[in-house]
Amino acid sequence: MNAVRNFRATVNYALASGAGLIMLAPIYLVFVNALKTQTDSATMGMELPLTPQWANFGTVIDQGKLVEAFFNSVIYSVGGTVLSVLVSAFAAYVLARNRRRRHEIIYMLLIMGIAIPTNFVTLTKVMQVTGLIDSQIGIILLYAATQIPFSVFLIYAFIDTLPKELDEAAFIDGCSPLRTFGSIILPLLKPVLVTCGVLNMLNLWNEFLMPLYFLNSTRNWPMTLAVYNFFGQFQSNWALVSADVVLTILPMIIIYVLAQRWILSGVSAGAVKG
Amino acid sequence: MNNKAYPTWFAGGALLLYGVFVLVPAVLGLGFSFTDWSAYSTDIHWVGLDNFAAIFDPNSNYLSAIQNTVLFTVATIALKTVIALGLAILLTSGVKKLSYLFRALIFLPAVLPILIVGVIFQSVLNPDTGLLNSTLRLIGLGGLAQQWLTDVSIALWSVIGVDTWRGVGYIMVILIAGLQSIPRDYYEAASIDGASGRQTFWHITLPLLMPVLLVTTVLNLLYGLRVFDMVFVLTNGGPGFATQTVYTTIFQDFSLGRYGTATALSSLFFVVMLVLSFFVIRVMRPRHEG
Repeated sequence: MNAVRNFRATVNYALASGAGLIMLAPIYLVFVNALKTQTDSATMGMELPLTPQWANFGTVIDQGKLVEAFFNSVIYSVGGTVLSVLVSAFAAYVLARNRRRRHEIIYMLLIMGIAIPTNFVTLTKVMQVTGLIDSQIGIILLYAATQIPFSVFLIYAFIDTLPKELDEAAFIDGCSPLRTFGSIILPLLKPVLVTCGVLNMLNLWNEFLMPLYFLNSTRNWPMTLAVYNFFGQFQSNWALVSADVVLTILPMIIIYVLAQRWILSGVSAGAVKG
Repeated sequence: MNNKAYPTWFAGGALLLYGVFVLVPAVLGLGFSFTDWSAYSTDIHWVGLDNFAAIFDPNSNYLSAIQNTVLFTVATIALKTVIALGLAILLTSGVKKLSYLFRALIFLPAVLPILIVGVIFQSVLNPDTGLLNSTLRLIGLGGLAQQWLTDVSIALWSVIGVDTWRGVGYIMVILIAGLQSIPRDYYEAASIDGASGRQTFWHITLPLLMPVLLVTTVLNLLYGLRVFDMVFVLTNGGPGFATQTVYTTIFQDFSLGRYGTATALSSLFFVVMLVLSFFVIRVMRPRHEG
């Protein structure tokens, strides 16, 4: 009995380690090859570099415009996340509390956006007419708009669990709607706002398609577009491509290691609790 | 009291942004679908159903793009769900120590931009030097080595494989939360009644996990039908048109200045998703109490 149990446990750990290894191997691969010479990296092997070529990183930062792209990515994803969470919280509050027919329709219209796709062709037209194409403000507004449906959905479901007496009492005591929302409800929304923020950040940091359509100037590019462009130029030099990839994913990996509990619970809360 | 305490203008910001960037383009798109709008002429003419006829032409690349998208979606839903469920069960009942570490490792690719995952796998799937083929040769399975991204019959499956690698951890994390929300009493009762592991899975775990599985399926479905980044960077729709999807085709038509067909295909997709959205809302709606 014990032998069977031990054997089972060994198999289980072997399976889990195998899965972990399959996830790590490709990432390990870019880390070691980022430090090789162009010739050594041509085969993209698993072996460690003979003498680490730290200069690769300097070259990449210079040529890949990584610093600029990094700050663009930060501005876009943080800006888009904050804006979408804020307007979604306001909207979800009135829509959850004031259930008149008009509000039901607005709510349905908003959360339909979880499924319906963006028409990028006519959106280009809209961005041109409003002067928002190829602009940093434009991409932040657009990013926020794309995250609103799911954010409203999550926050609405959460507000539904808060007793209505809370805000009614505050309102009867003479608080304005804004004050009631700001000082009574908003603090209680903290867990769902964190979940929402984490999910929006993940989506927006990784966004590639919208910048590809709407940001033509190199100086406006986020990381994803910069890496894609760099990859196109230096395809024959895997050491530099790897170095570029490493610098791009390193901040993500560090944030992930530090904030993994928030991220993992945000992902599951977004789907399971609703 | 309702209107005074909960003024509608609170929803104004969300409605404005959503209206300008999602609803207006969608409605405009429906109109422009019936025109010959293009980058080559400033005149726009009504052409009736010509664009749709071009899309549904049996020999068109549009139809194969639609087929590829459906295949990609169905295959990634199946693969991600089955593998993620296996891993979720493994990490909640088989593996106790270090379970959190394994979970974090398997989720890791999901925080990397899809585009960058694609760049990494351009190297991994290289037929001569790539990690996958070298590993296969190393363990004596060299016969299985393939031209992963350039063989017409394999390329789409390679894209599906890479996408599964990237997304399976995300689904797993959701399923783990789902598994943990199943009350332990059910399992205790089953084990007192002498139920086998298999019986417990089919009669307790799976039925009670169904609502969560439905949610992950919806997430995979919405993602799959819109797939772009992964295809764009791995194969850019090639070889030939073997891996074109709806979104890569729209982008290609857009780049070539064929706005009429691009917007017609977008609108078609819009109508399909509009219908699907009622199903999606129903799946997500009843879980208010949680």
